[in-house]
Amino acid sequence: MTETALLSVEDVSVDLPTPRGNLRAVDRVDLTVGAGRTLGIVGESGCGKTMLSRAILQLLPKKAKLSGRVMFDGQDLVRLDPERLRKLRGRSLAVVFQDPMTSLNPVLTIGTQLIETLQEHLELDGNAAKRRSAELLAAVGIPAPEQRLMQYPHQLSGGMRQRVAIAIALSCEPKLLIADEPTTALDVTIQAQILDLLAREQRRRHMAMILITHDLGVVAGRTDEVAVMYAGRVVERAPTAALFKNMRMPYTEALLAAIPKIDAAPHTPLPAISGRPPDPTRPIQGCSFSPRCRYAAGQCHREKPSLAAAESADHQYACFHPIEIAARVPA
Amino acid sequence: MATLELSIGEEVAVTQAPRARRLGPLFWAAIGWMIFVFAAAALAGLLPLPSPTDMDMLERRAPASVLHWLGTDGLGRDELARLVYGARISLTVGLCAPVIGITIGGALGMLAGYFRGRFESLVVGSMDVLLAFPPLILALAVTAYLGQSILNLTCILGVLGIPAFMRVARAATLTLARREFVIAAQALGATHARILLRELLPNVFLPLFAFFLLGVAVTIVVEGALSFLGLGVPPPISSWGSMIGEGRESLEVAPRLAFLPAIAMFLTVLSFNLVGDSLRALTDPRQGAL
Amino acid sequence: MMQVTQPSPSHDPLLKVENLVVEYAVGGKTIHAVSDVSLQVARGETLGLVGESGCGKSTLGRAVLQLRQAVSGRVLFDGQDLTAMHGDALRQMRRRVQLIFQDPIASLNPRRRIGDIIAEPLVISGVKDPERRHELVCEVLSAVGLDPGLVIGRLPHEFSGGQCQRICIARALVLNPEFIICDEPVSALDVSIRAQILNLLEDMKARFGLTLLFIAHDLAVVKAVSDRVAVMYLGRLCEVGPSEQLFAAPAHPYTALLIEAIPVPDPDVRPAESVPVGEPPSPIAPPSGCRFRTRCPRAGQRCSDEVPELRQVAPGQFVACHHPLIAAG
Repeated sequence: MTETALLSVEDVSVDLPTPRGNLRAVDRVDLTVGAGRTLGIVGESGCGKTMLSRAILQLLPKKAKLSGRVMFDGQDLVRLDPERLRKLRGRSLAVVFQDPMTSLNPVLTIGTQLIETLQEHLELDGNAAKRRSAELLAAVGIPAPEQRLMQYPHQLSGGMRQRVAIAIALSCEPKLLIADEPTTALDVTIQAQILDLLAREQRRRHMAMILITHDLGVVAGRTDEVAVMYAGRVVERAPTAALFKNMRMPYTEALLAAIPKIDAAPHTPLPAISGRPPDPTRPIQGCSFSPRCRYAAGQCHREKPSLAAAESADHQYACFHPIEIAARVPA
Repeated sequence: MATLELSIGEEVAVTQAPRARRLGPLFWAAIGWMIFVFAAAALAGLLPLPSPTDMDMLERRAPASVLHWLGTDGLGRDELARLVYGARISLTVGLCAPVIGITIGGALGMLAGYFRGRFESLVVGSMDVLLAFPPLILALAVTAYLGQSILNLTCILGVLGIPAFMRVARAATLTLARREFVIAAQALGATHARILLRELLPNVFLPLFAFFLLGVAVTIVVEGALSFLGLGVPPPISSWGSMIGEGRESLEVAPRLAFLPAIAMFLTVLSFNLVGDSLRALTDPRQGAL
Repeated sequence: MMQVTQPSPSHDPLLKVENLVVEYAVGGKTIHAVSDVSLQVARGETLGLVGESGCGKSTLGRAVLQLRQAVSGRVLFDGQDLTAMHGDALRQMRRRVQLIFQDPIASLNPRRRIGDIIAEPLVISGVKDPERRHELVCEVLSAVGLDPGLVIGRLPHEFSGGQCQRICIARALVLNPEFIICDEPVSALDVSIRAQILNLLEDMKARFGLTLLFIAHDLAVVKAVSDRVAVMYLGRLCEVGPSEQLFAAPAHPYTALLIEAIPVPDPDVRPAESVPVGEPPSPIAPPSGCRFRTRCPRAGQRCSDEVPELRQVAPGQFVACHHPLIAAG
């Protein structure tokens, strides 16, 4: 892929001052997303994935300090003036959050929320906006869309609300959609439907997408590229197939092994990762994963490995003792 | 193959944000004033002050002098002494009345929020009825029927404060009673009394106490207003409110007679408000995960 | 080493739920949370109870413990009817059945120290000697992998989710119960911590000889720890059977749908285009007959007229369906 990336996150760091000291939520992250491609960002709580998405959208809390560049469609979002940034958000850059109950305004009808987005960015008049809203709701699979326009969020189920949130996000034909744990709060059957919907719409609109999740299963089938985050840094990045087949980072391997598999026999002991994710206010000397890593050796505790590619240019990882392909523990 | 976490060590060493940093200088100034006023009121008898009831008709509305540090009032009584003894009244009523409120109102609120159902409707309904009474009329009726005295005043203001405390306690209990730790206690076979006292009360207490301090502030003002109208403490006992009332007549000649008690009341009420607010802020959930 | 005790058919089941119905009113409408559910748990086994949100599995768990009033039906624990017990007798029984919740941090009183929280069950059940209590608390904390010295004096907010869940498990174990109901014990935890807690539960089960009712919505998690699995939908049981068998060859279309929807962490497995089966109906007005019929590709006329009963279709496997995927044997 030699086309210039639609989104390029360059050396981005986010620091948050807290009463307990400085918190490095995101530590020098580099990422790219090409037009029409899906990037999956995988990590557990506290790894910085949500802060990263906020950094891309320039929606960080006031106290946060951001360094680095976020190049979107040729413009650096960090240095863009607020008015132009506001016009960009919602129009070319859209977001779907985890909890649709809090991302939708509970006191406004669905219709109002859709229409105001359309009017703001596309400058449609009332009737045209209303028609388009009904079309959008139908496109995301909501039955009886005209009636739904009059309803309030609490009258819809969780899955429906998330579809509405997606409709609002897609209403202005964005070039990039950031989906932050869009299905974590939903049941597994609804989850599959929502992910299918996102994939379908993405293909139709040739839209780029960043799918943030903690579930490796979600990433496996629905992304082109995956970045694994741990303690604020990207620790492995590769095309999806390559990541699962040739994972190099012990954390990725451990994460995959710790998930109970549906085809495993009952009572199979799960290879759990000992310890727990590090406290971001206490940076660890050396590799952040070293206290929990079964392969850790002396160097790992002293120096931080940097993200580098070895055999193939598009598979990068940050580890001094990457898993050799021959010695890889079967998942 | 269980993984053991035997040593938590530094992982758990939490340095709580030093509380002192969150309570600014304003908070400590308020505490300082409160201590000062309390001390003065408590030790009034030991202080080298002339009696607040001694009338010196030759020295009426006299300015500040060595004998009378803040001068005298319209009847020749020492102003400073009256202020200090007035503090006693204001603080006594101001503290005791909300105590009635917090004990009765707090208990009713917790029981209503925990047991719900018809009991709750009964409690909330009767509180609504109480709130519907114009408080001033009620105060008038009681003083007219039972006579003016500090005790009556305290009881009336206490009873009038019960609905507010009931509301606060009930709201806090409602949010807590559904939390899993209460269900866990029930699953363990704890009796209702144990759950109310051991699980709910420690959590409800802090917001209730913060409200109590605000209640003190309000009560001082209300008592002041009633005394100002002549419905509060009977003469010759002085409270800040009655002093303001008496000072009205001397506004052109000696405005300090009205302003000094007003300033004292203002500072005291402000202090209680500040401390109450700070405590309320502290009862917010501790820093959540980032 | 973990020993899994197979349920012995000659022993009576430790827990027997008979025709349990739980309903409650919300704003004038009635929610039919649990409708005529019967199941059994044998001594020493783990029964997994799986279903999506709103299916009533949590309500069932609480109703078994008499934390929710059942409209009708019986719950027999070791032969004694819990629904008929009150006051002290019920409190005595509670010592033998414990509960672990989904949100570990919310399950602990934020203003009490861990030592007090874990000692609470001992106090309630009358262990008077503080030394003895301290001894038992330390013992059970070590069993769940926490250092008592570092934990006893602290408050819950000083611990992570995984550690809090260990504390909750310790609290559940301190009275040496026979039966533990786990209500979504790992759903709120990170992936890497989940595995730890699941392993811990298996360990504790073997060590203390427990019987478990494991309620969850994640099928893979349920399968990993259960001997038998029961699938619930909108207040009714769809299917019950041994774990391996049920997942290998599900008989109920809903079970099949659930299995298919699980995202598999293998990039070669392309997720099947999900059939748009719509949203689950509301428990306020559940469909007549078989409640799954509005989303079932095999639904027929009989499904709306007649409520399907659980029938055996394979050894140990029962399904409530008029058109099961495996024909009745």
